[in-house]
Amino acid sequence: MKQIDLVIIGSGAAGMAAAIEAKKNGINDLLILEKDERLGGILNQCIHNGFGLTEFKEELTGPEYLQRFVDQVIALGIPYKLNAQVTDLSKDKVVTYSSKEDGLVKLQAKAIIMATGCYERNAGAIMLPGDRPSGVITAGTAQRYLNINGLMVGKRVVILGSGDIGLIMARRLTLEGAKVLCVSEIMPYSNGLNRNIQQCLIDYDIPLYLSRTVSKVVGKDRLEKVVLSAVDENLQIIPNTEMEFECDTLILSVGLIPYVSLLNYIDCPISSTKGAVVNQYMETEIPGIFSCGNCLHVHDVVDFVSQEARLAGQSAALYLKNQINNNEDRIKIKAGNNISYVLPQFVLKNSVNDLTFKFRVRKPLKDQVVFIRSGETVLAKFVKSALIPSEMVMVNLSKDKLDEVKDEIVISSEDR
Amino acid sequence: MKELTCIVCPRGCRLQVDDNMNVTGNFCPRGKAYAISELTNPVRTITTSIRVSNRPHTLVSVKTTNPVPKDKIFDVMKEIDKLSVSAPVRIGQVVKTRVLGLESDIVITKNID
Ligand SMILES: Cc1cc2nc3c(=O)[nH]c(=O)nc-3n(C[C@H](O)[C@H](O)[C@H](O)COP(=O)(O)OP(=O)(O)OC[C@H]3O[C@@H](n4cnc5c(N)ncnc54)[C@H](O)[C@@H]3O)c2cc1C
Ligand code: SF4
Repeated sequence: MKQIDLVIIGSGAAGMAAAIEAKKNGINDLLILEKDERLGGILNQCIHNGFGLTEFKEELTGPEYLQRFVDQVIALGIPYKLNAQVTDLSKDKVVTYSSKEDGLVKLQAKAIIMATGCYERNAGAIMLPGDRPSGVITAGTAQRYLNINGLMVGKRVVILGSGDIGLIMARRLTLEGAKVLCVSEIMPYSNGLNRNIQQCLIDYDIPLYLSRTVSKVVGKDRLEKVVLSAVDENLQIIPNTEMEFECDTLILSVGLIPYVSLLNYIDCPISSTKGAVVNQYMETEIPGIFSCGNCLHVHDVVDFVSQEARLAGQSAALYLKNQINNNEDRIKIKAGNNISYVLPQFVLKNSVNDLTFKFRVRKPLKDQVVFIRSGETVLAKFVKSALIPSEMVMVNLSKDKLDEVKDEIVISSEDR
Repeated sequence: MKELTCIVCPRGCRLQVDDNMNVTGNFCPRGKAYAISELTNPVRTITTSIRVSNRPHTLVSVKTTNPVPKDKIFDVMKEIDKLSVSAPVRIGQVVKTRVLGLESDIVITKNID
């Protein structure tokens, strides 16, 4: 079996940035495996702008953003294989991939970076009530049809879910001549960025109905009608609140889920983010296997994906040089008051780097103080004027502070 | 007093603008510039895609180099719909200068070999 130092699975924003950083840290024996026919992942279909403000201090479209990384991959001579799907993984780091060119290949890797991205929840996943006609489609699929293949999905459209992808598609379809009747959101607030509500909905007079969801899908072959109903605070449908929309397309933008099936094969522990449990090096519970990007937790800003992936790339290099000691004492990181999750889930003592904790809040909050505590000791605190669930928050902690920690750290957000 | 949402970056600040065009609520100076533009001459960047004539079922993405007046968005879209290119194309390649006579070109945003 061929031996290799580092395999990166996936060539999206995460995979490319991780590979580039590993190479810059002296890892020359590496390979990117990508199942698609091109590098870049989901960004290939995100033709809108809004990418790169942090990374490049300018506003780029998705394809422009990814090209900057492709250029570096090529300039650095990082090897990659396209149309190469990883089909199996073993605990001792044997990577199996299949490609037309090479057939079925097994590689013995010393380290692996998972950068496989995420997939969309579909009609089955949310138990959409009523018929299953054609015309019910996920937002990402509609985006690919429209932006890559040039296929219009419908003329009269209802969108369920107000996450950013749903909002972006509302504008995109409107510009291409479709009538977007409304966006319906089950929660009392939108999960999308304010700027997208403004520039994708308000700009085009598309109504956003909060606390409303689809109570019935009607249509034999093709979708004919969608019924929306109001929901109460327990998200249960309130009778006699129906609104009917005649439409030929229902677009679902109801959540993304990290793609971790390869990690499931090797019983790698998974956290509440539905991605792997990791330490401050973005290393999973299996030493030498790292994870970053949307397969670790779903990101809304690609710049932070690139950042996280660089950390994973740098860490893989540390690991290959035996500079990560997995036998160090562990500190558990817990989500406290108002926090839905924190990453990393644990920290190894004697950290090489300072720490960054990433978290999301459970509900929109104003005038908060974010505390990093160990027992009664406050290790750090941060004032935040407003926090919303759709925005990932990052706070830093100096590694010296770890000396004051007993066995766990709790992150919480409290009223000021 | 007017309330706006700044769309310049993902932070999405809520801006308040009084009758003398004093802007508050902006985290950075770009918010102020946005508010003034939005209330005097609102503009938007358009991103869309056009056909690649020598590649079946292939589109290439494009954008306006400068934002165009909001009330011209659909007119500009109509102009863009008339355009096509033949591959190879490179990011930044101009497909139409000064679309509709506006201070904005249509450029390619994706490489196609
Ligand atoms: C529709 C959409 C719109 C977005 N809009 C914005 C925006 O406006 N601004 C912004 O900043 N961010 C936006 N984002 C977020 C950002 O673009 C993504 O978070 C980021 O691009 C994800 O990068 P990734 O590398 O983690 O995943 P991906 O780009 O999904 O890459 C994963 C790659 O892994 C490959 N892969 C998966 N499994 C295998 C396997 N078994 N073998 C081989 N290869 C495999 C896939 O083919 C894919 O190429 C958007 C995201 C989506 C989904
Ligand atoms: S005011 Fe500045 S920080 Fe706030 S949204 Fe606008 S550009 Fe972003």
